[in-house]
Amino acid sequence: MTPTFVITAAVAIIATTLVITGRNAVHALLYLVVSLLAVAVIFLMLGAPFAAALEVIIYAGAIMVVFLFVVMMVESAPVPGPDQTLKDARLWVGPGLLAAVLLVELVVMMAMGVPGVAGGEAVAPQAVGIRLMGPYLLAVELASMLLLAGLVGAWHLGRPAERTVPRPHAPAPAVKRETGP
Amino acid sequence: MTTIPADHALYTAAALFALGLTGVLVRRSLLFVLMSLEVMLNAVGLAFVAGGARWGQADGQVMFLLVLTLAAAEVAIGLALLLAVHLRVGTLDGDRLSRLRG
Repeated sequence: MTPTFVITAAVAIIATTLVITGRNAVHALLYLVVSLLAVAVIFLMLGAPFAAALEVIIYAGAIMVVFLFVVMMVESAPVPGPDQTLKDARLWVGPGLLAAVLLVELVVMMAMGVPGVAGGEAVAPQAVGIRLMGPYLLAVELASMLLLAGLVGAWHLGRPAERTVPRPHAPAPAVKRETGP
Repeated sequence: MTTIPADHALYTAAALFALGLTGVLVRRSLLFVLMSLEVMLNAVGLAFVAGGARWGQADGQVMFLLVLTLAAAEVAIGLALLLAVHLRVGTLDGDRLSRLRG
């Protein structure tokens, strides 16, 4: 049992707790990014560097940015103005401290070596790629079809309402009826 | 440097999954529900990678990749639905979306 793993797991759990108890969506997103980065560090410790890189690039990078776009679109008063953001330390000191802990752990692991799993060994990205393009080729194709379905579905749901074709026997504007409960 | 027992990684995954499930059940804002779903999917990926690392096989990371793809598709559809709800109903409170109640 290594102290670095315990600290990383504690960072992940603390950040996730702050995500699900948060009131401001932007702050919760910052803590969610920290939680994903902590899980990426755990992947690195477990001997899965490819999964760690994908976690940072796709989860903490792409998916969280999409979340941030939507938060900016739907929140009425999400963040203060650009001049107050850095002065108000409450906005960034919590996620910043947790991320700094992760950075220190990365430096320590670079100096002293990655712990690894008891009884196991590190899995290189080459082995993952060979498995992915060999026995899991059908799963990869299904995943691509799932992503295509997600793309088409998001396009369909994100169309502006006035472009929808009106019903032939309902000439009344169907858009107005849907506003407000 | 000593090694990590695989149990502890699985305990961490279980704790993260429980936290995400709590968020899905407790929060009413659809945005936080989607974030908690992400936490749950991430915990499942952590369990897969921990299992694959324990046995030294690449299959755990392959399954993590598939979970990642699923999470990306789920986020695209979920956030598009959330935007549609926000546009038509004007709220993100899940308890107020009760028009389908019979």
